[in-house]
Amino acid sequence: MSKAIDKVMQAVFFICGLITIACVFVITIYLIISGLPAIKEIGIADFLLGKQWASTAKEPLYGILPFILTSIFGTFGAILLGVPVGFFTAVYLSKFAPEKVKKSIGFVVSLLASIPSVVYGLVGMMVLVPAVRKTFHISDGATLFSAIIVLAIMILPSIINVSITALDAVPKSYEAGALALGATECETYFRVSVPAAKSGIMASIVLGVGRAIGEAMAVMMVSGNVANMPTLFGSVRFLTTAVASEMSYALGLQKQALFSIALVLFVFIMLINWGLRKVMRGSDVKV
Amino acid sequence: MSMKFEQIRKVKQMIWKMLMIFSALITCMILVFIIGYVLWQGLKGLSITFLTTKPSYLSGNIGILPDILNTVYMLIVSIAVLLPLGVGAAVYLSEYARNHTLVRFIDNAAEILSGIPSIIYGLVGMLFFCQFLNMQTSLLAGALTLVVMNLPTIMRTTRESLLTVPKGLREGAYGLGASKWRVVRTIVIPECLDGILTGCILSAGRMLGESAALLFTAGFAHTLHGFLDGISSSGATLTVALYVYAKEQGEFQVAFSIAVILLALAVIINLCAELVNNYYKKKRKR
Repeated sequence: MSKAIDKVMQAVFFICGLITIACVFVITIYLIISGLPAIKEIGIADFLLGKQWASTAKEPLYGILPFILTSIFGTFGAILLGVPVGFFTAVYLSKFAPEKVKKSIGFVVSLLASIPSVVYGLVGMMVLVPAVRKTFHISDGATLFSAIIVLAIMILPSIINVSITALDAVPKSYEAGALALGATECETYFRVSVPAAKSGIMASIVLGVGRAIGEAMAVMMVSGNVANMPTLFGSVRFLTTAVASEMSYALGLQKQALFSIALVLFVFIMLINWGLRKVMRGSDVKV
Repeated sequence: MSMKFEQIRKVKQMIWKMLMIFSALITCMILVFIIGYVLWQGLKGLSITFLTTKPSYLSGNIGILPDILNTVYMLIVSIAVLLPLGVGAAVYLSEYARNHTLVRFIDNAAEILSGIPSIIYGLVGMLFFCQFLNMQTSLLAGALTLVVMNLPTIMRTTRESLLTVPKGLREGAYGLGASKWRVVRTIVIPECLDGILTGCILSAGRMLGESAALLFTAGFAHTLHGFLDGISSSGATLTVALYVYAKEQGEFQVAFSIAVILLALAVIINLCAELVNNYYKKKRKR
């Protein structure tokens, strides 16, 4: 009897174990099946490189180059702003801050990570957008620039947390060696510890890229959501927001095209995942 | 000459230190500003009627009781499904699995799942749960989508704490003739409760903050339902309600008041995670 139960439970655990694989499988299959028809109908070149998206026009155009470029520029901008701040904060917390400061700023970072994206969007919409409009004297503050700032803030926690883990893992003997040779604290930590933790810090950046490119709601609320080619102070639409904004009313080819956009986004994410794995493998070799 | 070198060194040191402190300050100030601004804008809209009534076009009243209930229903269903699946997967990986290739596959799959953006979960959730499994736009479909999203989290935390269960405990039990399931049930799972609890808390936090995945799976309705009716019909959670009130209806006061509630929940969840962590750390030390 107990042997039978043992066998049954083993099977149950086995099935639980397979669930993640099944989920990835289902997601991939569904995205490919629902995403390919529209790409075929529109033509892959017209779809990926078309500069105009006019899905509700009489003669609809489905070019998603504006969305792709916006997503790339937006992510790049967020990294440009977010990484330095996150990096220096991480070095400070890992190497300089007293235990108490480290703990309380750590709590700040984990709170930042758990603020829902719609709250970031709301504050961005009510504070940042009007501020951008006034500062740069433009008619509408809902621009790529506002989205970049919101994204930079949203990726901070992942950059800080992953970098701290990497920096904390640097063997103390490296630092002791450098200090004993007469290097100052800063020289030790920036010239010895940071290079030693390089792959972990790189991983944090790649993770930030993934976060930024996948964010939808906050960006939707601050970027103006117009399908323009990206300019820093113009209203733009990201890959994610292109899917979200038309999904509720789209029909026919338009709806299929939205699935194709999701497929493109998925391909981007898989590439980033692959990059992340490569970077992480580098860290395994070193430590 | 050497004086000059020393001076440059000192200046560099100063610049580095200033950059670090400046960055840490920015990080803190962003949080303080967001919390302060949300409280300032949102607190005045919070009232008992706001929390305990439903919206009505006739009286022009806006209440968020349905959204609160929807969020609670959603959390209950998702955690109830997530818990056995995630813990089961983690136990399989660390206690049962013998095949290294399979373990690697499962690990990679979990990694991929944790990187997929929520909007894609929402889309596939809509196709799979709402259309293929015919659940329509319902809280149940939304909850199941959230389960898939949070599987990697609970698997990771459970596995991390499974690693700390001493081998000797298991071997002792096997030596006494216990079957595998008995060892798992009486030793392995009780010993990794902290990881399971942390995983649940983290997942609950993510579920509370999620919106993009729920837009197309759980919908926007603000109707008041009991539990069973609730999970089978469409309903907005707090985050989705915030989005709809702010973006589509221009009710910013309402949106900020919901934001106050969401922030309070985020603080509570973080404190809980901290408490659980500290409690078990102390226990381990003993």
